[in-house]
Amino acid sequence: MNALISTALSGVVLMFVGLFVRNKQHIKFFAIAAVIICLIADLALLPTVQLGGYILYGMIEVSKFSVIFNAVALGATLLYFLLSGSEFEKVGEHVADYFALIFFILSGIILASSFSNLLMLFLAIEIMSIPQYILAGADKKSLKGNEASLKYLLTGSFTTGVLLMGIALIYGAAGTFDINALGLGTAEINPLSLCGIILVAFALSFKVSAAPFHFWTPDVYDGSPTVFTSFMATVVKAGGFVAFVRLFHTAFEGGAISQHWMLILSIITALTLVIGNFTAVFQQSVKRMLAYSSIAQAGFMLFAVIANNQMAAQGIILYAAAYSVATIGVFAVLMRMKKDYTFEGFNGLARKEPLMALTVTVCLLSLAGIPVTAGFFAKYFVLAAAIQQGHLLWLVILAVLCAAISVYYYFRVIIAMYFKQGEPEVEPVSGGFKAALILTIILVLALGICPSLLIGCL
Amino acid sequence: MLTVLLILIPFIAGLIAFGLKGSGPKVLAMVASLATLATAVGAWCSFRTAPQSLSFVANWIPQLGSQFKVGLDGMGMMLCLLTAIAFLLVYITIWNRDTERSSSFYGLMLLSQAGLTGVFTAYDALLFYIFWELALIPVYFLCSMWGGEKRIAVTFKFFVYTFLGSLLMLVGIIYLYAQSPDHSFSWESFTALHLSADQQNWLFWLFFVAFAIKMPIFPFHTWQPDTYEQSPTPVTMILSGVMVKMGLFGIIRWLVPVLPEGARMWSDVAIVLSIIGIVYASCIAMVQSDFKRLIAYSSIAHIGLMCAAIFSRTEQGMQGVLLQMFNHGINIIGMWIIVEIIQNRLKVKNLDELGGIAQKAPRMATFLVIISLANIGLPLTNGFVGEFLMFSGLFQYNHWFMAIAGLGIILAAVYTLNMIQKVIFGNGNALTETTTDLQPGETLALSLVVAIILVLGVYPKPILDLVSSTTELVLKF
Repeated sequence: MNALISTALSGVVLMFVGLFVRNKQHIKFFAIAAVIICLIADLALLPTVQLGGYILYGMIEVSKFSVIFNAVALGATLLYFLLSGSEFEKVGEHVADYFALIFFILSGIILASSFSNLLMLFLAIEIMSIPQYILAGADKKSLKGNEASLKYLLTGSFTTGVLLMGIALIYGAAGTFDINALGLGTAEINPLSLCGIILVAFALSFKVSAAPFHFWTPDVYDGSPTVFTSFMATVVKAGGFVAFVRLFHTAFEGGAISQHWMLILSIITALTLVIGNFTAVFQQSVKRMLAYSSIAQAGFMLFAVIANNQMAAQGIILYAAAYSVATIGVFAVLMRMKKDYTFEGFNGLARKEPLMALTVTVCLLSLAGIPVTAGFFAKYFVLAAAIQQGHLLWLVILAVLCAAISVYYYFRVIIAMYFKQGEPEVEPVSGGFKAALILTIILVLALGICPSLLIGCL
Repeated sequence: MLTVLLILIPFIAGLIAFGLKGSGPKVLAMVASLATLATAVGAWCSFRTAPQSLSFVANWIPQLGSQFKVGLDGMGMMLCLLTAIAFLLVYITIWNRDTERSSSFYGLMLLSQAGLTGVFTAYDALLFYIFWELALIPVYFLCSMWGGEKRIAVTFKFFVYTFLGSLLMLVGIIYLYAQSPDHSFSWESFTALHLSADQQNWLFWLFFVAFAIKMPIFPFHTWQPDTYEQSPTPVTMILSGVMVKMGLFGIIRWLVPVLPEGARMWSDVAIVLSIIGIVYASCIAMVQSDFKRLIAYSSIAHIGLMCAAIFSRTEQGMQGVLLQMFNHGINIIGMWIIVEIIQNRLKVKNLDELGGIAQKAPRMATFLVIISLANIGLPLTNGFVGEFLMFSGLFQYNHWFMAIAGLGIILAAVYTLNMIQKVIFGNGNALTETTTDLQPGETLALSLVVAIILVLGVYPKPILDLVSSTTELVLKF
């Protein structure tokens, strides 16, 4: 709850900061300070929820899970500001507004991790989405950006309709919006509720770019200013997943109905893994490759939704952290590449900028799920959760085959950086940026060697 | 604690090496490998008197029930010794060479040594998996950065193959973990699992494919000749001398004890695949004109025999395999040292371009002959004892299998003698006339190899005693 209030307030404050602070570079420091305050406010709740959560007015549930997840989201945002904060001013004039919008998105994410009412879910998804439509088109002079924004707005609004329809059907079947009292899993299967669940599942799949609802992702990610793509593809996506996990684990758990949605989600997962990975192989631009890889990673995160156990809850938090940190790290370097986002653009980076190349390597190894990096345990937890759940072994083996394919496109970048000759054009970087890169590497390795640092809190 | 030191010394030295310049990394690697060897010998002494003192357990990820649990049994001890010796031999051989970007080279070499030692000592399945990958990744970078012309594509293939195998193994490990009543990854709880025949039936393949790719045996071997050919020779020494033993080790430590029924059910298939590999690889080796590829294929044949002997599940077979794991490691490293020397001097590895080296470099020729003869298992060399025991074990299992696998000996003699003849005898050419004999470092490395070959050929008891406890243990399952 603290985090929700503080992020919303921070958003408002930053809009005013834009009015009074003339120097664009200073705005970044206000944003960093604000996100640190939000993080402290969030963690201050930890002792309170240690023994169990509480529900506010039947709308918001403050639990250990939500507090930890919020801390991960805020922490990732802090890293994002440290690494990419100075890129905001290259997008356009209204730097403070962009930061404010990011804080509003964060409010949505925090709501998504702690809603206990379907209406709050709807609000959370909308609060997360609307600022993104604006940010996607923030670069007003870019035609591609305008197209991305419009495409995102249209498809996003359509999905909102689908989500509302689903919520309405579920309400019709259960007579309540409270996710703890829905009881759909315990009653006999009601066609109305099943349709509702399917519609909600489709809408949320769209938000997290799971196949076959992923078609918007590459175009929007590619068209948006890279600095915002970095945020959309990481923290926001994790927010979508946390809503997904909460809803399905709490409201639709158990009974015959869970067999149905598990089957549907299994198919969606399989499609996401296959389409995401195979298409990423054929990309020529690293940015588009990352867009498809984010679809592929969504396939792994979906395992946490399907598997309904403690391990899945730990898995989604670890995955959110591992995936966000690694992707933010790669994007931060990508943005310094002077617009040459092709694989060839990375040729020889290791010689010119060893630290940048090392960061990208560690992050990509993490995304590929290689041990000693955070990504390994992230994948481990979600797959182990699925195996514990039973009957999903075929899906796990499919995921493993896809992970082996993913090595291909992640390693293309590593090969280009280390084993090929070239003169990449890189913008000069500051000492602070380098320190943030080192922090990224340390985070990825620390979570990879000792994941209990994070999941031990749960 | 000695066991932890065995992993920690190369690991920490590896990390430090990245920051050093000039000849610093080289010296550090040499010192670290000497220290590791000394520790390994120390561990061997404690192993005889107080084997329990070599176990070490610490909490690692309590949420998962995974512990940092390492220890040494006879096989682990023997392989740790082999690893320490192998790396030392590599460093001695390349002592006088100038390696480009030496800090990264030695750093990665030391890290892979830490990974390998970790694999051989881990008694926790998750830890085992992590070390398994840790050994692989530095090698990927080593091959890709310092290898031959086609190195990038070739080592990439190698990486994808082995990574896919490892992932399948990981699925198996997670499945077993989910079945274990105390939710732990420890070797003890894995081996105490009561799995149905059906479960073992398919779990076997998840593990076997990972190990088969690593060894490699037919038909999972296609990455191997290319990788051996393209890798820089010091890395090939490690790959073929030590790393392939990870596959054999995995079968003996994890596959057979954890899935004994599965291993029994599929043993015929595994042996047949191995035997196909022996004959097929030997035939290809006969027509190879590339020195490195010839040794690569001969290695497939030798490893195939070891894999077949494991699945024979007889005492002799198992003793033979364990002994031969050590011997094969030493012999093949000896072969690679000679390849490295010739390649370094003459810049060719095509057998048709060589010849007459015996006149110019008699010491090198002598070493090559002894090592080659050990490689084909001539009596009085170490290869003989191991091969004899393995064939005898295979004979007890099935006469026909042994008879066909025995063809490998004849074929090995054909291609090895042919190779010796082409390399050192006959008339020299303008190029081979320029050969010089061994330098002191090279002589030292090869003398060590030949000393081990001859000592173990006459008196293999120390190694046989060391590994007999493992044999007894494995045959119980």
